Amino acid sequence: MRRVLQPFLAVGLGLALGLLVTRLAGENPWRVLTILVKGAFGSRNDFGMTLFYTTPLIFTGLAVALAFHTGLFNIGAEGQLTMGALAAAMTGAVWPAMPAPLAPLLAGCAALAAGALWGAIPGWLRARRGSHEVINTIMLNFIAAGISSYVALYPLRNPDSQNPETRVIGSGYVLSPWAILGGAPLGLALPLAVGAAGLVWFFLWRTTLGFELRAVGQNEAAARAAGIDPGRVRILALSLAGALAGLVGVAEVLGNAGRFRVGFSPEYGFIGIAVALLGRNHPAGVVAAALLFGALHKGAADLDLETEHVTREIALLLQALVILSVCADGLWNWVFARKTSPR
Amino acid sequence: MVTQFLASTFRVSTPLVFAAMGGLMSERAGVINIALEGLMLVGAFGAAIGTHATHSPWLGALCGMGAGLLLAAVYGLFAITLRANQIVAGTAINMLALGLTPFLCKLLYDATGATPSIPAGERFRSAPLWISWALVGCCWFWLGRTRGGLWLTFAGEHPAALDAAGVRVNRVRWAAVLASGALAGLGGASLSIFLASFFSRNMTAGRGFMALAALIFGKWRPIPAALACLLFGFTEAIQMRLQGVPLWGGKPIPVQFIQILPYLVTVVVLAGLVGRSRAPKALGTPFDRN
Repeated sequence: MRRVLQPFLAVGLGLALGLLVTRLAGENPWRVLTILVKGAFGSRNDFGMTLFYTTPLIFTGLAVALAFHTGLFNIGAEGQLTMGALAAAMTGAVWPAMPAPLAPLLAGCAALAAGALWGAIPGWLRARRGSHEVINTIMLNFIAAGISSYVALYPLRNPDSQNPETRVIGSGYVLSPWAILGGAPLGLALPLAVGAAGLVWFFLWRTTLGFELRAVGQNEAAARAAGIDPGRVRILALSLAGALAGLVGVAEVLGNAGRFRVGFSPEYGFIGIAVALLGRNHPAGVVAAALLFGALHKGAADLDLETEHVTREIALLLQALVILSVCADGLWNWVFARKTSPR
Repeated sequence: MVTQFLASTFRVSTPLVFAAMGGLMSERAGVINIALEGLMLVGAFGAAIGTHATHSPWLGALCGMGAGLLLAAVYGLFAITLRANQIVAGTAINMLALGLTPFLCKLLYDATGATPSIPAGERFRSAPLWISWALVGCCWFWLGRTRGGLWLTFAGEHPAALDAAGVRVNRVRWAAVLASGALAGLGGASLSIFLASFFSRNMTAGRGFMALAALIFGKWRPIPAALACLLFGFTEAIQMRLQGVPLWGGKPIPVQFIQILPYLVTVVVLAGLVGRSRAPKALGTPFDRN
């Protein structure tokens, strides 16, 4: 029962704390909550935008969860998705004449490969040089930010824009949004993300390689005794995680902006950590948690417009409080111990 | 020109040195401190509003320390008392700081961008620089030569032994995390009321992570960590110097390449090319007496 109940209680507690903060700012918490929910689910268009924000969070949540099953902390999804998006945009800007079915495939593969590379580097460093992936992935986030803003400002700068962004990709690359939920830029990327979750599940629990990943994560010594090379598995796991995060590039560049925009990600990579945590590192849980965080993000954008004191940064605040209450193991041990101890 | 360049290296290193010493406290006691970034950010914010209100940089710096201390208490509550995963909780604290500061800024000044500018006469001229290096000496002495420093090291290396000696491990860790918040807050303060004259959204821009990298680069020892901060400050000073200077076939060197230098150096160094860096043994492991 605890497995099911705890995430809900934790989300409730986090949201309650967040609403308390808005109360201190002089807003009516009930009104804030109403705007939040209406903003996320109020109309077809709102729901579409919620799903639009959900898509990258599924990818980054999976990227964190997959690494976690191997006992690795992937703080680098932000850098991996930056490199993925940059690679997709570069492909589309350098070969703009590529025809339709081939073009998105090529750009998608570029995004996968760039993300995988950005995951493989800390994987290799951990496996072969023994340096910890947490600090290396953080460093690679900054390096990715530097490289991408260089590309967007110098070699591939968009001459028609004041913003730091790359040239527009060729028309063959564009995955046109479906007009099913208002004007929300929802397209192929969402089913791709859900499909990726299914694939990750199949990979982790139905293939030998996935078993090796989990074995290294749960008991490295036993895995080693069984003939598994933990180093190889770690490199593989972080490469796959990076590839998943890189697919955010497909959603953003091919499905939405048509170019790489510096700072397009509102910390999708970091929110992915929370998504994986709340989803208990299970692909289905990741999809559900991504929907929640996507809704928070969309709802908070409306709070910015409709209230006097609450800015859109409240999204970060709410997300942070939800993460904190989810990860407070000691609190939940205490809560559930009291409930079950009289038995 | 050389002295000017050296001076600017030392100046821009100051926030890093404070934050790295803060990180040192917490990590040597066994508590990972990814949250340095957020602690610095609230420190910068607290110092800016404190100075704005009191017209004294000293009181402002105190406010910055207090803000860092307060957020560190939240981090300690989760990371130590509630035994949350320290990396996850630290990430959340950073997000909290990033979201809370513009929110409070809007509430106080009705502006999300930045706090009002502080006139030059109410800012620090050079005091934080000297204090930061005095602090490095104090940390070195305190960690290696006093009983408190020994407790701290044991809390990070062998908490069970410390517990057996009758010292409450989690109390030591709490003190370390609070000190870490105050010092990181001071680092943030030296950003907003020493190097700049206001607080702006996300003004730390990764300096907390850089301080963390310097700490690891310096093998969790005060003096090498401070020197690593100086190296990172050096790259920042170069970057300010070379901005727009034509060097590369008549074109200016892209700032981005110099910006990523400290991070690249950290990755290379951690890969063991300049000797291995060993973390405190119990780093990241919550302590439970039972």
